[in-house]
Amino acid sequence: MSTGEKFTQMFIAIGLFFGTVALILLLTSRLRSRKGELVQSAAFVLPAVLLVAFGLVYPALSTIKRSFQDRLGKEWVGFDNYEAIFTDSEQTQVLINTAAWVLLVPTAATLIGLVYAVLIDKARFEKFSKALIFLPMAISLVGASIIWKFVYAYRETGQEQIGIANGFLKFLGFDTYPFLQEAPWNTVFLIVIMIWVQAGFAMTILAASIRAIPDDIVEAARLDGVGGLRMFRYITVPSIRPSLIVVLTTISITTLKAFDIVRTTVGGNFDTSVIAYEFYRQSFVTREKGLGAALATLLFVLVIPIVVYNVRQMRRLEARR
Amino acid sequence: MSTVNDVEQTVAKQESLSSSAHRALSSPWASLAAIVIAVLWTVPTLGLFITSFRSEDDINSSGWWTGLTGPFTLDNYDTVLHGSDTNFATYMINSFVITIPAVLIPISIAVMAAYAFAWMDFPGRNFLFVAIFALQIVPIQVTMIPLLTVYNDLGLSGFQAPGGGFYTIWLSHSIFALPLAIYLLHNFMSQIPGELIESARVDGAGHVQIFRRIMLPLMAPAIAAFGIFQFLWVWNDLLVALVFGNPQTYPVTQRLGELSGSRGQDWFLLSAGAFVALIVPLIVFLSLQRFFVRGLLAGSVKG
Repeated sequence: MSTGEKFTQMFIAIGLFFGTVALILLLTSRLRSRKGELVQSAAFVLPAVLLVAFGLVYPALSTIKRSFQDRLGKEWVGFDNYEAIFTDSEQTQVLINTAAWVLLVPTAATLIGLVYAVLIDKARFEKFSKALIFLPMAISLVGASIIWKFVYAYRETGQEQIGIANGFLKFLGFDTYPFLQEAPWNTVFLIVIMIWVQAGFAMTILAASIRAIPDDIVEAARLDGVGGLRMFRYITVPSIRPSLIVVLTTISITTLKAFDIVRTTVGGNFDTSVIAYEFYRQSFVTREKGLGAALATLLFVLVIPIVVYNVRQMRRLEARR
Repeated sequence: MSTVNDVEQTVAKQESLSSSAHRALSSPWASLAAIVIAVLWTVPTLGLFITSFRSEDDINSSGWWTGLTGPFTLDNYDTVLHGSDTNFATYMINSFVITIPAVLIPISIAVMAAYAFAWMDFPGRNFLFVAIFALQIVPIQVTMIPLLTVYNDLGLSGFQAPGGGFYTIWLSHSIFALPLAIYLLHNFMSQIPGELIESARVDGAGHVQIFRRIMLPLMAPAIAAFGIFQFLWVWNDLLVALVFGNPQTYPVTQRLGELSGSRGQDWFLLSAGAFVALIVPLIVFLSLQRFFVRGLLAGSVKG
């Protein structure tokens, strides 16, 4: 396809959907009676409901069913696929890695975001300093992975270094270190990339919520002689607790689903695989679709409690405002 | 929007708390911590950026920190954009062709549904709204294998498919975006005063007129907030493009990931390629940052 053809197709697609919407509006614009309005509301919600049923509800149910079948989807195998995830040594490594990601990324990103938000608040170059931390959010995880892969670039100690991490080690007089190849620490160095990406999100939300703390609370505390670090510990942190939880849970969900970093930096090698990457590999590379479906379902099951908790906190946040 | 306004309004009068916390933490150690964080967050990107302007020989023979003063060259960008085996220009075009409909289509459908959920009365309204909202919980991974089968059965995937195989990607991104889009736009819409709608109704305006004349103009900031999120999400996506796309539709993220695997040590290509890939989201992000932060505070985070 030439560039022109691609753009033509693009405009056709946009036209198709916008045309449908316009047609619905046009056809239902004359409806006024009670019954007519029922038809109208059906026409308004139906496209969304149908698309969601087709693209989310049906496939999700189908995947759950598929996770109890073998690789070809011909025979029922009960919980065999799940058993494999929890007993196969390669797969248990995946679970351990995922646990490390989900524990370390949200806590570290939130902590750094919070500390940084407080530190640079009212500082001289506040906007600029915020943008520095915030920018990684605009970059794709693939881009972030490349940036960090270069930071970690490894060469023997005797050679000229091109990666700044090893350049620094050598400058300090240490031997260079293969950051991405040596398990289990390579997983930690990959986790650093995700922390780097997510800290800006934590900082933005937390900075806003620190500023929304009512004045009287702060004043009352100050009259009681609370100040400095104790103010931070006993007033600031408890006041923004709901936001902290929203940030923590949101980052956990994003982290659970991300496969880009593991794929781009090391291709899932060197014992770095996580559930989201393993799902992709089993489903579309090794074509173990039963196992892939089980991994996807596991991801689903892990995400549910976090999302429920997240939504409940978000509700509480909204009710307060 | 009230939550965001509140936040914005309280900004002015909330000097005391932050400044006291700030004072507490502005010991030399604290300033040092802030500087260390800022440096750690900047240097990796800066390093690759400088590298992208250095010649292949220079990159391989010395660290970028030794080449801060040059010599610089644009050769890497030329190779990466137009070289026959990298050809990023084509993939950039694919990224645009994927992203623009994948932003506009869900907006058009969601804005209509959100209006119905907020202002129209029909049986099952609350149930349907909660159900759609709850679907945010579904990780896209769970939908992929069956969806791919359906697309194949419908003849939508592959080189020869209508639209060159782009429809699978447009549809997938649109569907995955709908729960969040509807939820977000519904929240904004239901905050518009009911009297406004009522008086228009009394004056004889139907829902379609209200939707077009009152709602759409008022929704512009909310649509912008969602739009920028969706734009960044789709542009930066790798998984959907890999699973549902084909070599004719691959976006620049796929190409960059591929390059990282096949020519993982060719930093003159990877560095320039990375910056080609991130220049567009960076421009969008910086120019529309206001809407982005607003959307973020209103809860538009893809779950």
